[in-house]
Amino acid sequence: MDLNYSAEELEFRDEVRAWLGANLPAELREEVESYAHLSKDDLLRWHRILAKKGWVAPAWPREWGGTGWNVVQRYLFEEELGYAGSPPLIPFGLSMCGPVLLRFGSDAQKKRFLPRIYNGEDFWCQGYSEPGSGSDLASLKTSAVRKGDHYVVNGQKIWTTLAHYADWIFCLVRSDSGTSKRQEGISFLLIDMRTPGITVRPLILMDGAHEVNEVFFDDVKVPAENLVFEEGKGWTVAKYLLGYERMNTGRIGESKRQLAYLKRYGEHLMGDTRWRDRLSRLEVELTALEITNLRFLDRMRRTGQPPGADVSMLKIKGTEIQQELTELMMDATDPAASDPLSVAVRKRYLSMRKTTIYAGSNEIQRNIIAKSTLGL
Amino acid sequence: MNFDYNEEQQLLADSVRRYLAKSYDFEARRKIVAAEGWSTDAWKQFAEIGLTGLPLGTDHGGFGGGAVDLIGVMEAFGEALVVEPYVPLVLAARALERGAKSSPLLSSVVEGRARLAFAHTEKGARYALDAVQTRAKESRLSGEKSAVIGAPIAEHFVVSARGEDGIGLYLVDRAATEVKPQRTLDERLAGDVVLREAPAHKLSGGAALLEETVDFATALLCAEAVGALQFACDTTLEYLKTRKQFGVPIGTFQALQHRIVDMYISLEQARSMACLAASRADSAGDARERARAISAAKIRVADAARHVSQEAVQLHGGMGMSEELKISHTFRRLTVLAREYGDVDHHLARYAAL
Ligand SMILES: Cc1cc2nc3c(=O)[nH]c(=O)nc-3n(C[C@H](O)[C@H](O)[C@H](O)COP(=O)(O)OP(=O)(O)OC[C@H]3O[C@@H](n4cnc5c(N)ncnc54)[C@H](O)[C@@H]3O)c2cc1C
Repeated sequence: MDLNYSAEELEFRDEVRAWLGANLPAELREEVESYAHLSKDDLLRWHRILAKKGWVAPAWPREWGGTGWNVVQRYLFEEELGYAGSPPLIPFGLSMCGPVLLRFGSDAQKKRFLPRIYNGEDFWCQGYSEPGSGSDLASLKTSAVRKGDHYVVNGQKIWTTLAHYADWIFCLVRSDSGTSKRQEGISFLLIDMRTPGITVRPLILMDGAHEVNEVFFDDVKVPAENLVFEEGKGWTVAKYLLGYERMNTGRIGESKRQLAYLKRYGEHLMGDTRWRDRLSRLEVELTALEITNLRFLDRMRRTGQPPGADVSMLKIKGTEIQQELTELMMDATDPAASDPLSVAVRKRYLSMRKTTIYAGSNEIQRNIIAKSTLGL
Repeated sequence: MNFDYNEEQQLLADSVRRYLAKSYDFEARRKIVAAEGWSTDAWKQFAEIGLTGLPLGTDHGGFGGGAVDLIGVMEAFGEALVVEPYVPLVLAARALERGAKSSPLLSSVVEGRARLAFAHTEKGARYALDAVQTRAKESRLSGEKSAVIGAPIAEHFVVSARGEDGIGLYLVDRAATEVKPQRTLDERLAGDVVLREAPAHKLSGGAALLEETVDFATALLCAEAVGALQFACDTTLEYLKTRKQFGVPIGTFQALQHRIVDMYISLEQARSMACLAASRADSAGDARERARAISAAKIRVADAARHVSQEAVQLHGGMGMSEELKISHTFRRLTVLAREYGDVDHHLARYAAL
């Protein structure tokens, strides 16, 4: 057992760190650090800088632009991105649609979509949740009826993050409502957001931000070639993707940066034992999670096994820590202050409540562990 | 970075587990506790497996192992709730090796013949390392050490005392002391050790050696707690699958499912910190780095010990309270481990101050 990074791993980390130091635009970093709202241009600008360097999709196969890094290198890279204060990489194309196409897409679909995802030419969003179908996703109702060489889609998606930026949406739709098992009639469709019949309506969250939307489909014609995998096999695709979604949610590098900032930001409170104890406990929890994450990665590297329900634990703990960080930050603000940073910090507390709800709520994650790891 | 045990560590942990599974099940342990409170037979086996030699250098016939080499052993001990005072032996012997390299006692320790204990804690000091009242004057110690684990069967003590040049460690013969035996909350042998101008041999290393020894102890206790936590989680899971109420296994109730999931999460977080503690006990760049990692580990492990042990008892219902089930004894062990060499509050204060 050796909890220190090897010389090669450190060299790799330093290379990434040095490159980020030289290539992460200061304006973007400052926006991230002051919790400012990032525009579509900001997000794409950073995406394209990484794409040009060849680092935007490390986990993809090399022939599609992947880096060939092992899991520990990928972890180090993500941690450095977070730690440097870089804008988030929007996951819908790079870590959702991309991996799905790589695994289930036809050659034509791969050639058509992957390079555009890689280069940030298409902005994607995820159309899963519906008003009546959140945790119980398989109850979804948005319908797709095959008519000749296309499907006709009707229904509504909700909570669609950044649909107002998106060029494309990948959707779970019901292509057969007569199956005995609900999971069987579901298909995975790629839909061009400019298709007639699509309406995007903003949903404003409690921090006042426009981040999510409702998306309405009214007789939307989708070419049959945009079906991924087989008709009625969308649930298989969705399940594959859920694992990917949860891999990203530990966000340890980002949390480490927040914690380092919190220590500076709350310095005036360090004489208060109660404050210090809260901070220490949180730091210990984050340290433990970092090591737990590394243990899981080390096991993946040794056994070659894909991540199991263990990632649910990373999701639960990672999001709890992120939320607690925002709570401590808010508590550290001067209650009488109304400067932009104090306001942003308080709003962030509001916003981050979402993390335990989305990407499989933390209750659903506990169900997953109970079922698949503990056999209950 | 890797979390593998090497081949020797794996072999050692396997042979300890094999022995414990064969000869130290809950029934066997119950008999030991009801009788002398320790088993000479078990002690001999530990020596034969190599445990008494593990922490000492090859000069003395040992293997020169560190905390990482002991993780697997300590986890196995925690699972089986071993009562023999092995950790005190390790602590005293390591301190002796560092503070009196040529002590002839060391090779007897390796052979399993000499029994040593580490006598530091005093009434009123709580967990403060520098609150030592025992005095050293012209190589004689006076004072009282309390709740010294393994004292009733120890032949020598490594004792902390305050001399003219500050706090240091001393070797004292048991015959020069008076030992008042007792049992701890978790059924281990302990005793108050009264020193009245007891002749003592001073070890080099001073207060830094004391601190290093206590940090090393804490790292071992963290690993031991992980073993006990693992048992508590596994046995509770088993109970959820077998105990039926309302016509179904109680594990089908989601209120309980989520609670046991959180127990396992606590276990994994504690395990991570125990790895960190052992690793830094062996190879920290400096004392501060070591102390910070070890206090952090103790905070997390003690939180997990409280959380998991309380939930384990609750989820067993009335059976959790019963003396007959091992889980109640694991509860006792975890309750003590959470406090030994510093409770959460102590380590939070130390962590923040570093
Ligand atoms: C900011 C934000 C962004 C989002 N972005 C997207 C997106 O881009 N695309 C997309 O498709 N979706 C998105 N979502 C939707 C998200 O995936 C859902 O909110 C989530 O799946 C929960 O569904 P729900 O909101 O319908 O809550 P419900 O499923 O109604 O849950 C309500 C409560 O009941 C609990 N619960 C439900 N079922 C169980 C159970 N079996 N056991 C125990 N507890 C249970 C839940 O944990 C929760 O606490 C987003 C959500 C938010 C808040």
